[in-house]
Amino acid sequence: MSSARERVFANLHAAMQRGGFKVPETGTPLPLTLSRQERIDRLKTLMENMHTEVYVVKADDWLNVLKELLRQRSLNGLVYGPGTPLAAALEPSWENDLPPLIPYNEEIEQFKDRLFAIDAGITTTRGGIAETGALILWPDAREPRLLSLVPAVHIALLQADTIYNTFAEAMNSERWQEGMPTNALLISGPSKTADIELVLTFGVHGPKELIVLIVD
Amino acid sequence: MTEQALVDFRANFAKALNDKQLRRNLTKAMDSLRLKRKAVFADKEALERLRSVGNAIRRRSLSKLPELLEKLEKKCTENGIQVHWAETKAEANQVFLDIIRRHQASRVIKGKSMVSEETHLNHFLEEQGVEVLETDLGEYIIQLDHETPSHIIVPAIHKNRDQIAHLFHEKIPDTPYTEVIEELNAIARKTLRQKFFAGEIGVSGVNFAVAETGTLCLVENEGNGRMCTTVPPVHIAIMGLEKVVEKLEDVPPLLRLLTGSATGQMITTYFNMITSPRKPGEKDGPREVHLVILDNGRSNILADPELRQTLQCIRCGACLNHCPVYTRLGGHAYGYVYPGPIGSILTPQLEGLQNAGTMAFASTLCGACAEVCPVKIPLTDILRLLRNKSYDTQDSPTAVEGHGYKKNVSEDLAWKGWTAMNTHPAFNTLSTRMLGLIGVHLPRVGPLKGWTSVRTAPKFAKKSLHQLAKERGLSDE
Ligand code: SF4
Repeated sequence: MSSARERVFANLHAAMQRGGFKVPETGTPLPLTLSRQERIDRLKTLMENMHTEVYVVKADDWLNVLKELLRQRSLNGLVYGPGTPLAAALEPSWENDLPPLIPYNEEIEQFKDRLFAIDAGITTTRGGIAETGALILWPDAREPRLLSLVPAVHIALLQADTIYNTFAEAMNSERWQEGMPTNALLISGPSKTADIELVLTFGVHGPKELIVLIVD
Repeated sequence: MTEQALVDFRANFAKALNDKQLRRNLTKAMDSLRLKRKAVFADKEALERLRSVGNAIRRRSLSKLPELLEKLEKKCTENGIQVHWAETKAEANQVFLDIIRRHQASRVIKGKSMVSEETHLNHFLEEQGVEVLETDLGEYIIQLDHETPSHIIVPAIHKNRDQIAHLFHEKIPDTPYTEVIEELNAIARKTLRQKFFAGEIGVSGVNFAVAETGTLCLVENEGNGRMCTTVPPVHIAIMGLEKVVEKLEDVPPLLRLLTGSATGQMITTYFNMITSPRKPGEKDGPREVHLVILDNGRSNILADPELRQTLQCIRCGACLNHCPVYTRLGGHAYGYVYPGPIGSILTPQLEGLQNAGTMAFASTLCGACAEVCPVKIPLTDILRLLRNKSYDTQDSPTAVEGHGYKKNVSEDLAWKGWTAMNTHPAFNTLSTRMLGLIGVHLPRVGPLKGWTSVRTAPKFAKKSLHQLAKERGLSDE
């Protein structure tokens, strides 16, 4: 008996023989070209509409804003990925009245118990998308995937210069097709559902809060 | 071959139409989904341009389907994703079971996947003693009540908060009764967190699979999909073989169309692109990723130039939300996994016309579905084509299974009579005169009873238009 693969392809090739495929030109969607400020504003507005807290902060001030935000909440810890420029900024300046800084420095098999018990996580981002309002994340060995998913509060740092007009622009100008990471993510807000009577509620399985600091 | 007894559409439809609660729940929800879609696609010109792009991308993908699937397999394999092929539902389910057994696992957590509904994966695995837990809130709700999805995007839309409140209170241990939606969500979050933590195998569907890079794309709002594809050590994704697209740049337009058409969102909370299992040095993500590619009749659908447009579908559910039949019946009455207009064109082709052909008749052909379809599938044309094929006994290489099942002598005779009546003037005059005289009594008996039992029977004029015109001295021209 032939394998499932062989049978499927035999069927497919037989179907192709029938021909009659008409393929129109693909064309392009209406373009979107915004100024730098417009991109920041649009991303901010759209993400705020989706219940994200967005702050536009100066490069020398973001750490203070972050600390202030953390002090306003009672959090049992802030988990982060060691080895990034973000980590290099956080580690030396951490203060005692802040929630303890916890490095994600083991594999999930060992770290799972702790990770599922920490209130907040912080990550960098690779960029943003103005058109739809979203962050781009490429988690990696230093900043694991679950940092932005398991803790109830996700804080993300976004460089204003990396906000693209559209998703297409982001992937084309960075040539994503030449090498995709293990996992690439777009995130547009805290997790949400409308599965009961279409009533929108935030904070289902992922973070209940998303806080974005746009460093301008 | 069908796995279920023939669906009794008449009984199902009557039951659904008389269920006042269901009608209320559905009307409210569908009205809201339509308005949201309209708001997000307010710019008509932009939408039409986007739909043309979406249509072209999907047609291009289908025109190279075998080549793209080979490329996808090659790329995925290079990336470390293990690819499995399944011609039938049973083969697909067996692939899951083999992987689960190899890992001696018994706890499966699952993100939403309509293809896995198509293969009845949960039922199959549960019979083998494997615990399968749906984690999408809507899917979780219906699983608790041993139901199937009634909508391909919002699976529990037939239920309202009172019904869900009772369900949670009865089925989840130590759960107080509450009708507050936020509290119901919180209960689900708490219960499922433990399951994410302990899950051994994560299962997901696939919204788009990119051949160019071997990337699996998943669209979701809740985060349960990311949980299922990141926390457990093994991830198994399942897709219908039509889900492949050629290039990464094909993804953004389809994503816009999908989220906008489905729920009126610019973008979902998460767009999750998976290209490999955990690499050395990475601290989380599954160590194994498997991709199951299912045919289950799709390659046959590809053969017919008209019918193959069915495979362009990106499962957005807009055609359901805009369908006057679906919005009154809900999904369960259709009796098969895929309801509404897309279900009515897809199911008869997957299950055979002799089994599911009636679905092609569960439409008024109003055309709303084709008007909103983001990839421009001419749903009404396909419905009509399937209806024709139900009577077409001729065999051809692209014939749909069960074609000609409806052909019968009395209907043939009726249509022959109709033809005769309308082509021979003498017959025509006689029959219209007869109708004027006895027409009032006609529909109460015989096959027309079904129509008049719920509607006011038309009153036939005493004189036909033909007669009236003649009396006024109008000529025949
Ligand atoms: S047929 Fe079109 S409208 Fe219906 S689910 Fe598929 S893509 Fe959406």
